[in-house]
Amino acid sequence: MAAPALSIEGLSYAYGRGAFALKDVALTVEAGSFTALLGPNGAGKTTLFALITRLFESPGGTIRIGGADLRREPTRALARMGVVFQQPTLDLDLTVRQNLLYFAALHGIPRRTAQARALGSLEQLGMAERIDETVRTLNGGHRRRVELARALLHEPALLVLDEPTVGLDVPARRAIVEHVHSLCRERGIAVLWATHLIDEIAPDDRVVVIHKGQIRASGPVADVNRDTGADTLTDSFNRLIAKEAA
Amino acid sequence: MTTAAHYARALGGIVGREVLRFVHQRERFLSALVRPLLWLFVFAAGFRAALGIAITPPYETYIPYEVYIVPGLVGMVQLFNGMQSSLSMVYDREMGSMRMLLVSPLPRWFLLTAKLLAGTAVSILQVYAFLAIAWLYGVQAPPLGYVTVLPALVVTGLMLGALGMLLSSAIRQLENFAGVMNFVIFPTFFLSTALYPLWKMQESSELLYTICLVNPFSQAVELIRHALYLSLNAQALAWTVLALAAFLGGAIFGYNPARGFLARRGAGAE
Repeated sequence: MAAPALSIEGLSYAYGRGAFALKDVALTVEAGSFTALLGPNGAGKTTLFALITRLFESPGGTIRIGGADLRREPTRALARMGVVFQQPTLDLDLTVRQNLLYFAALHGIPRRTAQARALGSLEQLGMAERIDETVRTLNGGHRRRVELARALLHEPALLVLDEPTVGLDVPARRAIVEHVHSLCRERGIAVLWATHLIDEIAPDDRVVVIHKGQIRASGPVADVNRDTGADTLTDSFNRLIAKEAA
Repeated sequence: MTTAAHYARALGGIVGREVLRFVHQRERFLSALVRPLLWLFVFAAGFRAALGIAITPPYETYIPYEVYIVPGLVGMVQLFNGMQSSLSMVYDREMGSMRMLLVSPLPRWFLLTAKLLAGTAVSILQVYAFLAIAWLYGVQAPPLGYVTVLPALVVTGLMLGALGMLLSSAIRQLENFAGVMNFVIFPTFFLSTALYPLWKMQESSELLYTICLVNPFSQAVELIRHALYLSLNAQALAWTVLALAAFLGGAIFGYNPARGFLARRGAGAE
């Protein structure tokens, strides 16, 4: 059987000598699945993303991307992953094309291939005609689409997104959510999507609930609801969070 | 498998992006030019009579003060650029595009070195623009000096960029950086041979003389000064390369995901 797109085992992390920001985290994202990482603000989602994207490393636990250990084979592991960060990461003064080609160069994609893929990727997001506009002239929703197109340029098997809809209006949010779901269905890309917004999660998605640095529940939405005895994911989530507060 | 072509493409991409950004930020280019030109046109003119310069190598005759300070101002252009590109790294990191760079599938030492080369390329463009204006103003080095100074500029630009990069890895926020400008740039510039020769400092204070002597920026300025006048100052070259190695090593440590400053204090996000 093929290795999961992302597997994390026994991952803990503390900032300095402070309390644990993450404690013994384990999760798996299978190929072609949409997994939502659901947690309130401050739950540890951003720390987990910093570790998955190797901004820093944890001395304990392992992170494997498509079977490649992030600590032992960082370049192999990173090459298989596309990332959309929570903060905007585009050069505002450069055009959409220049931004995408810069990213492609970092991934060693030959220029001609990069040009073709950039155009194809933007087309799918309805952004092809904006390719020569400077990013500064685009609105927030369009900038996010460009970041999504960029994250797909090197054809990753895993796409990780850290609260990618922050600051977007409702239609822009819906467009991004739907597009990423379609990537799972149509292209078999595995997605890890961090959010604190339950309405971004579809009934047949998988969900991992994180709170205070620990995983509280994980599995298909229906299983999580069954285990908590709730009818909706909102109820499940509230129960899982409340249980800790009590 | 990361191939040589991948490295070459990434290096081209990083340098190309920096040059594109530089072209788009005309104010940055203008202020990079205005700063040394003010020193040359105003400061040097005012002090021309007050500071006579004796014959010191590499000069073979008495020289006016303007001629003396041009290499120091070239160093200043690179010092500011080195700090500015690290300012942009602090900014980048907050804005996330530094994270974009660090998440690419290449060794981190390579990414940081490529970023350093890109900053150095931009600083060299600024230096030649400044030297061209100085030439028109009448400060003219031997024509071949403008060629021989190039390798010196590469080494000094890398060294000063690496210093900035080391600082950026240790600085948490943009506000702190303003302090670093005051506490790093000005002392580095004034405690050097950029504005006055060492022997002149020695006449005033032995302590200040010693500080000027060991300041890597002094060595960088002397390397540039000699190269511009067709001579190689081996000692200055050795010190500059040593400082480059130390600063770059520190910066690579600072950005190391497992041990560096980032790990110790976190992303600052949560």
